[in-house]
Amino acid sequence: MNVFGLYNYWIVIFLMMTGFYVVISSGNLVKKIVGLSLFQASVFILYISLGKITGGTVPILREGITLYSNPLPHVLILTAIVVGVSTTALGLALVVRIKEAYDTVEEDEIHQQDESL
Amino acid sequence: MILSQLPALQVTLPLIAAPLCLLVRSGRAAWGIALFASAASFAVAVLLLSRVLDQGTLSYEFGGWAAPWGIEYRVDIVNVFVLFVVTAITTVVLFFANDSVRKEVDASRQSLFYTVWLLCLTGLVGLVMTGDAFNLFVFLEISSLSSYVLIAFGKDRRALTASYQYLVMGTIGATFVLIGVGLLYMMTGTLNMADLADRLPAVMATRTVRAALAFLVVGISLKLALFPLHLWLPNAYAFAPSAVTAFLAATATKVAFYVLLRFLFTVFGVTFAFEAMPLGIILAVLGAAAILSTSAVAIFQDDIKRMLAYSSVAQIGYMVLGLSMASVAGLTASILHLFNHALMKGGLFLALGCMAYRLGSVRLGALAGAGYRMPWTMGAFLVGGLSLIGIPLTAGFLSKWYLVQAALGQGWWPVLVVVIVGSLLAVVYVWRVVEMAYLRRPNDSDASAVREAPLSLLLPTWFLIGANLYFGIHTRLSVGIAGKAAAVLMGQSQ
Amino acid sequence: MRDNPVLRVVTKIIVPVIFLFALYVQFHGDYGPGGGFQAGVIFAAGLILYGLIFGTESIRCLISTRFLRALIAAGLLLFASVGFLPLLMGWNYLDYDALGQNPLSGQHLGIFLVELGVGITVAAVMVTIFVAFAGRRDS
Repeated sequence: MNVFGLYNYWIVIFLMMTGFYVVISSGNLVKKIVGLSLFQASVFILYISLGKITGGTVPILREGITLYSNPLPHVLILTAIVVGVSTTALGLALVVRIKEAYDTVEEDEIHQQDESL
Repeated sequence: MILSQLPALQVTLPLIAAPLCLLVRSGRAAWGIALFASAASFAVAVLLLSRVLDQGTLSYEFGGWAAPWGIEYRVDIVNVFVLFVVTAITTVVLFFANDSVRKEVDASRQSLFYTVWLLCLTGLVGLVMTGDAFNLFVFLEISSLSSYVLIAFGKDRRALTASYQYLVMGTIGATFVLIGVGLLYMMTGTLNMADLADRLPAVMATRTVRAALAFLVVGISLKLALFPLHLWLPNAYAFAPSAVTAFLAATATKVAFYVLLRFLFTVFGVTFAFEAMPLGIILAVLGAAAILSTSAVAIFQDDIKRMLAYSSVAQIGYMVLGLSMASVAGLTASILHLFNHALMKGGLFLALGCMAYRLGSVRLGALAGAGYRMPWTMGAFLVGGLSLIGIPLTAGFLSKWYLVQAALGQGWWPVLVVVIVGSLLAVVYVWRVVEMAYLRRPNDSDASAVREAPLSLLLPTWFLIGANLYFGIHTRLSVGIAGKAAAVLMGQSQ
Repeated sequence: MRDNPVLRVVTKIIVPVIFLFALYVQFHGDYGPGGGFQAGVIFAAGLILYGLIFGTESIRCLISTRFLRALIAAGLLLFASVGFLPLLMGWNYLDYDALGQNPLSGQHLGIFLVELGVGITVAAVMVTIFVAFAGRRDS
């Protein structure tokens, strides 16, 4: 079994680290939210790839089929996606109001304005 | 019949009241609905507490789906105690909120404010009740998202950046929890906590389960504001509206602490978390570091709300220190401190809310001479501060006493030093406020109009402060339940 | 964008179809793939497309912000109170077996009403988010 046999996990790790890096390194508040969404999306893929069963088909009851994929992770992740959407919407709404209050969305400029008070 | 439905009512009452608040236009009506829902859920929590004391653990199956498949709510002595604290605090703080919020939040947004408040309460209560690991994540996000909104209601524009920072860190924490739950599901195929506890020992030695433990602990610690993951907390508490600060400080971190207890002791078990993995020493060091470093930082704060926020991080350190001992005595101290800290920080932040109401600011300089102008408010702050330091006859003394006893019982004498130094640092930062309020002359020009805060604010404040004194003397209820809860947590896992 | 005749005509043709499809997904959700979440988002997508082409104020003419807020609350209330019905009859919360003559029809009715509540709330929330962001400068 080679390292690339579990390629789905490699994709998850790559996406997760990319998202995390953007959150940490970017000073732009909108880009941080983008990174955060990417970070969450990687976990969605982790869950969805859990549900795959080798040889399993769509989990709808039909004659002559005994092996189904596991639908539970999909249902769970539907909820997590809704949570992710709300987080993104709330984050962006905050950014809009920060922009109105500070006239910038760059973190260091906001710090400068706060310290000069 | 209705008694068997109590666990469902506990969560659905605030959930149903939230959209009702959204429908009404006036802030006062929304406040009435919110207060009614909180009081009702407090009544439910009291009924649940008495039932659990009588009959032991209650289980409730949602939709009639049996436990490992359906979502199960499990109420035992541990979470019913936390429920009691959360619902009591929200009810008292809502009494306070009416006048305080009218001053700090625009009239047009007050009904939204109470809607979000109730959603936050729903999230916190659900988080405590649920026996399902994924359901826990959902409630965690409900409570987190609504607390970001509540913080952003603050008047200062820095409330927005504080809320944003909390959103980023909170989402990372919650996503870590989600990853941890996913890894556990991967190994066991179940999400029910009791079922997880049964199935985990078979796969305990795998790297996946260890990774799950790490993700869960780090994720929950972010929500818990465990040092050094506490960076979001001081700003969030400092710039939120007064009532929100009191509510969140007294409930949100406590609930996160409960979640940590639940995962470490019920799901993973003591043997895995503290013997196979070196969690005990890690948490002990972080707890001690939290007490010493954030108490020291608190001394240098000019904004008193911020000072108390740093002190909150230190108090979380005491709780985690008790947890890290992984013994019945240590856990008793932790759970007792959870209860006592909710009372004292609730009371202290409400006293600060009274000051903000009259003085318009809670910076140290604004308080000069306030001890004579607002004697009852400052008196409340003083008693709360004594409890925070841990003077005998206050609630704060008891939990520190139990903590030190537990530590000495295990030969952890450095804990004694940490607790003493932490308490001395607390003396210093409480003294700074007391000195300013009682020993400085007021600058007469601007503060001559300052009067005592209105009764509607003072009563809830003194209710919580009085509870500090009451539970400092009458220990049967709090210590008794904390001891039983600790025994349940340790007993289940052995 | 409302000056471009192609966009205007295509939008006017396509929006009713989107609504129809949303209703199909909504009311087939209990037997086939679909349900309240998807239907709500599709329905909102129709309105948002309309708003993109004709401006957010045209959505506001159609549905006031106040009404949208009431819809959000109503959907959630419908969802939660359907859960309460079994409770009043002595069953557990959300146990729809109580709602019909037999478990099958009970579950069917329960899930139908819940999905309706979800659909209303999701559609209203999506449109509210769009109007709140896109219409921010007008207000």
